[in-house]
Amino acid sequence: MKNFLITLIIILIPIKSFGLIEVDITRGNLNPLPVAVSPLSIDEKSRKNFESILKKKNIGSEISLIVENNLKVSGLFSPLNKDAFLQEPDIANLKPRFEDWNLIKAQALITGKVSYVEEKLRVEFRLWDVLAGKEMMALAFTTVPNNWRRVGHIITDKVYERLTGERGYFDTRIIYVAEEGPKTQRVKKLAIMDQDGANNKFLTLGNELVLTPRFNPTSQMVTYLSYFRNLPRVYLLDIETGTQEVVGDFPGMTFAPRFSPDGKKIIMSFAKDGNSEIYTMDLENRIVEKITNHPSIDTSPSYSPDGKFISFNSDRSGYQQIYVMKSDGSNVKRISFGKGIYGTPVWSPRGDLIAFTKLHKGKFYIGVMRTDGSGERLLTENFYQEAPSWSPNGRVLIFYRETKTDSKGKGFSAKLWSIDLTGYNERQVPTPTDGSDPSWSSLLSN
Amino acid sequence: MKLSKILKNGFLIVVACLALSACATSKKSTGQMQGDVYTGTDTVEYLASGVPDRVFFATNESVLTTASRETLRKQAAWLRKNSKITIVLEGHADERGTREYNLALGERRANAAKDYLMTYGISSDRISVLSYGKERPVDSGSNPLAWSKNRRSVTVKAN
Repeated sequence: MKNFLITLIIILIPIKSFGLIEVDITRGNLNPLPVAVSPLSIDEKSRKNFESILKKKNIGSEISLIVENNLKVSGLFSPLNKDAFLQEPDIANLKPRFEDWNLIKAQALITGKVSYVEEKLRVEFRLWDVLAGKEMMALAFTTVPNNWRRVGHIITDKVYERLTGERGYFDTRIIYVAEEGPKTQRVKKLAIMDQDGANNKFLTLGNELVLTPRFNPTSQMVTYLSYFRNLPRVYLLDIETGTQEVVGDFPGMTFAPRFSPDGKKIIMSFAKDGNSEIYTMDLENRIVEKITNHPSIDTSPSYSPDGKFISFNSDRSGYQQIYVMKSDGSNVKRISFGKGIYGTPVWSPRGDLIAFTKLHKGKFYIGVMRTDGSGERLLTENFYQEAPSWSPNGRVLIFYRETKTDSKGKGFSAKLWSIDLTGYNERQVPTPTDGSDPSWSSLLSN
Repeated sequence: MKLSKILKNGFLIVVACLALSACATSKKSTGQMQGDVYTGTDTVEYLASGVPDRVFFATNESVLTTASRETLRKQAAWLRKNSKITIVLEGHADERGTREYNLALGERRANAAKDYLMTYGISSDRISVLSYGKERPVDSGSNPLAWSKNRRSVTVKAN
């Protein structure tokens, strides 16, 4: 992944000035910012070169479509219809006629240019504040042509960062479990795709059941559960090389794996004699440590981003509830006290919230609470949904949802969904087959 | 912990009695439940004549019911007679729980069955345990009856 070689060159450092547009992402945004994404201009020679390499008629337009889609899906922006644009892309990129863009109610404008330089794709783009009539940002970068989709995602990340003041989450990938077949005999494969559903790739063949894949912090490794040879064990997979290995040498089922925030350990459950406890294994020296010690089910562990705490769910009170302890297993405290049962706690990358699944009166909820259990907020209710995973900036959660079947068992589906932390902007994430157990990668660039 | 399990079990039997008396008046021909434990025979297969292969559990529970213990005693008798046979106990949960917790719950259920077989003289060497969590339902329906069939531990011949 390191060899993607995206080089970022800042042409102009944006000058901080007052009055430029800002997007508030802390509240549900019911008035998304109108933004015009002008197709990136391209000279005829470059266009022909890219057409022969990438089989895309106009790569400039294609990249701008990615930016447009990302902005729309974020829920914070409302990209305007290109038919209304009055200015040609190449001229707009040099100097926008702000009156024209103002006329169609654009508040922000993105322009740019693509060119073919020494077999590489060179992109420059600019972000303009239409009302202030000012350039907010200008960047250029060069990469291999095959990375053209990532170029669109990186542009979106930069625009998002400039307008919201927060890191973006568009140049990211999702690892998940692709599902097919009847509910009683589901075939499950590991699959990976870009955050927007493009470039879907299956990583296993479906010969054995696989569950709960999770990325390491650099998003190059994945830990997951496989039923290879009917022995459910936690595995480690290198995405680039395809090599995999069993994690540890446990005389029984290991499951519910996640990486520590430094990527050096895997935390997971080990079930023996009807009792599931939480263990860690150091990936360098292979030392295994037992973290919990209780005759109840202790599972779904997740580290705090500083690595000092672990949240998990346990039924030691009689029903599944969320607990937090120090990373050495001391100071176990129950934090969920609302009505219902609670599971799958996941610590937000910002460290201030824990996302969870809740079952109450036959409905499943995805919610968040502070790390002491206060401030519980339920974001979405459905027949069945679980397993939230945070976007790297902690603003969006991805999870999976299953539909109810009828009396004949028909009508089952499992799909990936995302929702903003605000509880707004709930969307299905496109996958070629059914999907479950999504895990969001870190930002791939920078 | 233990006491609460016993109390719950006692409660289960009370519920079971109530359900039985209810059944006497309104007959259900297939797919009965006592409390929310499946007592029907729709999905049951037989290891040998008169030896059912599976036992069923209440929601979130791994406590063996009276009927489950009877089934397991029959399995133990059959295993004693056929001393070469080894088995896998496959523990399952219904779809109304989070995936990871259900894996643990399936393991706990299969172990409840294993423990009982061991008290009836079956060596642990002959028993292995495999949890499928909610991954392999036997009934694909989304209703209480289907879920009750899926909360199960199935004894499967391994050799």
